[in-house]
Amino acid sequence: MKWAMVAVIAASSALADVLQSAGMKEQGEIHDFRVWMAGGHLARLMRSRNMLASMGSLAVSFFVFLALISISELSFAVPATAATYVLETILAKYFLNEHVDWRRWAGATLVAGGVAMLML
Amino acid sequence: MPKVPLLHPTRSSQNLRTPLFVAIVVCGNLAGNVLLRAGMGGSTALPALAPTAYLQALLNPWVLLGVPLLIVGLAAQLALFSWADLSYVAPVTSIGYALTAVAGRLFLHEPLSMTRWAAVFLITAGVALVSGTVPSTAGAEIYGARR
Repeated sequence: MKWAMVAVIAASSALADVLQSAGMKEQGEIHDFRVWMAGGHLARLMRSRNMLASMGSLAVSFFVFLALISISELSFAVPATAATYVLETILAKYFLNEHVDWRRWAGATLVAGGVAMLML
Repeated sequence: MPKVPLLHPTRSSQNLRTPLFVAIVVCGNLAGNVLLRAGMGGSTALPALAPTAYLQALLNPWVLLGVPLLIVGLAAQLALFSWADLSYVAPVTSIGYALTAVAGRLFLHEPLSMTRWAAVFLITAGVALVSGTVPSTAGAEIYGARR
């Protein structure tokens, strides 16, 4: 059961980041960072199906994480987030058509290993 | 004379904006989490199904300072996603994990075992590798971006 929850957390948080990335690129590159422009950016984001789906996905990740830490130690639950770095790289390559060279694969794997080891 | 946005990017500012926004994401999350932890430090564990306890925690001054910083970090990450790849942003912003461990050792004198030093080294090496790549490899046109 615990491992099924870990899989759901990793998958839903990676999916949320993929949807956010796709949603932001759909809106186009942000050039204007004046504070009073934030409302306009936010209003456009709220109309994006990708951004709305990413919020749903983040909510799933958050509530399953709460359920996981209620039945297991935090030191077990937190390293679960490490797997998302590799999963996000795979999704970025196949769903976002990013060019992932050996440095990005190696980098994501090292980061995932490092984050998992930090909790030991 | 045409009206140009005050912060419209020039070539040199475009080169600097990715590291600048990565720094904002990392610092916003780091400082926000430290303040949340400081705010929650004295309180007892929150019961899972008691919304009033969460609302009370939100009124703590440290938490009130920490939440806007986390929002700034999230906004900077969304802005980064508008031009940089996910496979670049996700690993590079993970340097916050290593900085948190080292800051705990330096400022709070928390013990850092050999395993944790090795973890800090692995994360730093991974970030260095990814940050050597071009931030954006996927053309925005595949998403039908608005221009």
